[in-house]
Order: sequence, then C-alpha cells, then structure tokens
Amino acid sequence: MRAPDLLQFAAQSLAGARKRTLMMLLAMSIGVASVVLLTALGEGARRYVVGEFASLGTHLLIMLPGRTETTGGAPPLFGETPRDLTLDDATSLLRERSIRRIAPLTVGNAPVSFGSREREVTVLGSTRDLFPIRHLTLGSGQPLPDIDPQRAANVAVLGPGLRKELFGGQRALGQWVRINDRRFRVIGVIAEGGESLGQNLDDMVVIPVASAQALFNSPSLFRVLIEARSKEDIEPAKRAAREIIRQRHDGEDDVTLISQDALLSTFDKILRALTYTVGGIAAISLAVAGILIMNVMLVAVSQRVAEIGLMKALGAARGEVLRIFLVEAVMLAASGAVIGLAVAALGIVGLRHVFPAFPLTPPLWAPLAAVGVAVVAGLVFGVLPARRAARLDPVKALTGR
Amino acid sequence: MIVLDAIERDFTVGDEVVHALDQVSLELAAGDYVSVMGPSGSGKSTLLNVLGLLDRPNSGSYRLEGVETTTLNEEKRAALRREHIGFVFQAFHLVPRLTAADNVALPMLLGGIAPKERERRVAEVLESLGLSDRARHRPDQLSGGQRQRVAIARAIVMRPALLLADEPTGNLDQHSGGEVIDLIEELNAGGITLVVVTHDQAIGQRATRRIRMVDGRVDSDTRHART
Repeated sequence: MRAPDLLQFAAQSLAGARKRTLMMLLAMSIGVASVVLLTALGEGARRYVVGEFASLGTHLLIMLPGRTETTGGAPPLFGETPRDLTLDDATSLLRERSIRRIAPLTVGNAPVSFGSREREVTVLGSTRDLFPIRHLTLGSGQPLPDIDPQRAANVAVLGPGLRKELFGGQRALGQWVRINDRRFRVIGVIAEGGESLGQNLDDMVVIPVASAQALFNSPSLFRVLIEARSKEDIEPAKRAAREIIRQRHDGEDDVTLISQDALLSTFDKILRALTYTVGGIAAISLAVAGILIMNVMLVAVSQRVAEIGLMKALGAARGEVLRIFLVEAVMLAASGAVIGLAVAALGIVGLRHVFPAFPLTPPLWAPLAAVGVAVVAGLVFGVLPARRAARLDPVKALTGR
Repeated sequence: MIVLDAIERDFTVGDEVVHALDQVSLELAAGDYVSVMGPSGSGKSTLLNVLGLLDRPNSGSYRLEGVETTTLNEEKRAALRREHIGFVFQAFHLVPRLTAADNVALPMLLGGIAPKERERRVAEVLESLGLSDRARHRPDQLSGGQRQRVAIARAIVMRPALLLADEPTGNLDQHSGGEVIDLIEELNAGGITLVVVTHDQAIGQRATRRIRMVDGRVDSDTRHART
C-alpha cells in the first residue's frame, strides 16, 4: 500500500466511526492541553519571580541588622541584635570601591492626610539613590533631593494610589500633606504599575531617611540596599560590607547580607523543578489517553473482523494489516495532540486576558514533548490491537466464526 | 492450472479430529467452470478456502500455475491471492464506509497501484458490469444484486485467473441471483476459471464440471456439456 493511500484509508476508517474517534480525540487533546497549560503555569510562575527579582534591582545586596547562624532559620525580618544598624554604618559602606551606591531604608506606618482625607500608609525613609537602585520611575515631579542623608527635609514622593486617594483629580505636586504631625511638600509621584516583590508601591510615601527617623523616633535602619558595580563585584562588595560593619560594631559580625543573585538562582531552580513536576503529572493523563486508545482500538478490531478478513482475502499480508491499524492509532493520537495544542493556546490566551500581569508562556519543550509523548503512546498502545488484527484467521474472520 | 495432490485438512473439535479434507486430489484446467456441491460439513467451503490460499492444508501439495503454494510464507501467499485469485462471498463483504468505486479499488490499493491507473480500471470494470451510475453510492444505498455485482467487480479488477464464489446467490432473490450467475458465467466465457460452491441444485447443474463432496472426499466429479 502506498503511503498516501494508507493515510487516506486510515482517515476514512476513523471518519467512519465518528463517536469512537471523537472520544479518543477528546482524551488525547485533554492530555496534551493539560501538559502544555500546566507547564505554562509553572514557567509563568518562574518568570514572574525572576521578573520580580530583576525589578528589585541589579547586582543588589540587602543588609539586615542581626545575624542568622548557618544552622538555619529564616533571616531576621526585624533586628534581633542589641546593636542597631545606623545611618553612619550605611554611609560608611560607600568607602568601598566595589559598591556603587547604597540606599538606607527605614519603614514605618503613619497616617497621611491632606485636608480632611487621611490614610494610614507605609512610610519609607530613604535617599535619592533608592530610585535608581529599585528602578523606580516617576510619573511626575522629582525624586528625593540629593542631600546629606543625615539632614531631614520636609519633602515627600507619593505612590500613585495614595495620590489618587488624597488628591483625586487635583494636582498633587507642590501641595503640603501631613504625616503624623509634620508637614511635607509633595515633590514627586511614582509612575503607575510599579510593583516590587509583590509589594505594592501604590500606597506608599517616600521621605528622606533622616525625616523618617525623626518621625518614628528611631535611629535604627530596617535595611540597607547595596548596589555593586558589576556582577563580579557582588562577592567582594559583600565581603567588604561585612568587614566595614564588623569594624564599626567592635568586631561583632552582626548583620545579615542576602545577595539577590543567590536568591534568584534558588528560586529559578525550585520553580523549574516544579514545572517539570507538573508537566510530568500531566503526562500521566497522556498515558491514560494512550490506554483508552488501546481499548477503543481493540473494540474497533473486533467490530471490523469481517473487514480485516476481507482485506486478507484481497491480498493484504499480516504486515499490511498491522500497518493499517498502527497508522490509525498514531493518526488518532497525533490529531488529538494537535487539537490539544489548539485548546492549550486558547486557554493561554484566555488566562492572559484574566491575569494580564502573569507572564503565561509554555516553555518551548512542552508542546514538543506533549505531542511526542502522545504519538509514542498511540504507537505503543496501538501495537496490541494492530497485532490482534494482523493475526486474525481470514477464514474465521470472513465467516464470522 | 491448479493441481491438488492428496490434500489433507484436519480440524480438532474437542478431543476429536475432523477431516474436513481427506486426501483430496484434483486438477482444474484454465477456463474450467466447476461447481462444488455436497451436504453441510462435507468440506466444500474448506476446499474453496484452500484453493483461495486463505487456509493452509495440513499435508499434500497445491500447485497454482506451477508454483508450489504450501511452502510459501504468508507474504507471498497474500501476493498470489492478490494477483491471481478473486473472491465472491455470500455476504458480499463490502466495506460499508467506502463507495462502490472505492470498494472496487481496494485490491489495487493494497497492491500499491497508482491512483490514476486505479481510477481508470475501476471505471472500466464498473462500466462493463453496468454499474457506472452507482460508482459514488455506498453499499447501504445499493440493492442486494447491485452489491454482489460491485463485489464481483472488486474480485475481477486485478484480472485474476481464478474466481472463487462461495454461495454467491445465497443472500439474493431469484431474479438478482440469476443475474449474478449470468454475470460470472460471462466472465468464465471470457477465460477466467470459475469455481462455485453452492447448495442450490439449479445453480450447480449449470456448471460444465460438477464435483460432489461427502465427508471431506470427492464423491463424484463429472463433466457435462454447456446447457
């Protein structure tokens, strides 16, 4: 039998048993679609996290007061050491050549009001360098002024959400807002859509670090963000920063340094493994679809006994009959896989519509692997029914015995 | 053309061995018109299946056009079937999802003949059997007589030397059965060797050579003038 004839013959017999064919296509397409969709979700999660880290800043080190021992445990979120991390500690880091810039960070909650409107929001105290380090862009106005970090200044940069809530349609720049009992002039508004590590910058206000320390009456810093000059400088910067602080803290090594790259690669590895895992789990459904193909093909063989006997009488050898049924099984699996890809593509478009911020893209290997596994399943599970058909005794097949 | 020598075909039914063909020796010449008759279980269908290479004898020799077939492998027997033997069955055995033309083309499809050549030969055969206007019909849109004619078209499309018919009129009424017999007799007159297995005395009596089988043996083998 010539190859195109074989394909056409298989297609005709699949079209001849419509209900059976549709059922198998459904099973196969669900399998393929679930592999592609689940790996797309896993890959999307990975990209999301990687993207978040990237927006946190490049070549970034984060210094926390307090020390976690290597015995484990989460890094301390709040200082657990008697010695504070001070503004002087932070500025002294700039002596190190491998460190390009730093941004001290003080965080607290305070009511912010304008006129009769008041909101309780997170107040960030920092310096001008926070903006380039965190890749913050301004919608309007200016960032914090480039002044000595020790100096307070009554200026504030608002998050876009806070600006909307306090000012509505009014112009915010140049207006005075009240934070706790101090007055601050609005000099800038952060651009919309700024999000960093899931922390929404929408409802925040950024003021100079000295003003924040005065506001919360605390000399201690929450974090120091350190930006190294290059990727190669991250390690030297980390060592130098630790050394500088130790000298300043009487030889006590009492800060924790987290490098973003280390975190990033860990997350990357974990999420990649997760993607493979969900892909593998979904692949089980492909195997189930393969078994369904086998069962339904076995039924098809017993229903087409007379036809098989006839083909043998017309001069089809065993190998020919085997080939005909295998081609049918593989064709089913492949068409199911193609439908599954289409379903997955639709699903991805739909999910993107619902969650526009989530970077939902299947990894390249996923559709290829899914189709490959589907076709192999069709082939493997098609062998048994095809062999049964090939081995039928034509005399018995034709007489229906 | 066909030489059967001491053909033996046994089936085991339970503990018993049944001799469906018991030392059958026969010679058929090219162009013979043979009817095989006999009671049920006399081995006439088994004989037909052995002649058609669908069944393998347990012992004995079967030469078809000088080729010893009993030692051939599956593949070669299938090829011989395709090239030299046409089958007509009582139950027609048309593939229901294919049109009449596609059913007729099936042996050529299996033989790997190019589509153009297939089309030409299908059209030719359907034309000669007066079925041209039924080419696009599926079996369920045809009458019984038309179905059997399509089956005959399929049997002769490879231009076989031997046509084997197993109760070809068994599922047909008197009139269309007569037409089918006329048709295969015409083919026989054209030179094809025809073997008809039947219960029907009237049909059996039309053959010029009449074989009667009893208990797996050839009971009588007589030649008659064409009526």
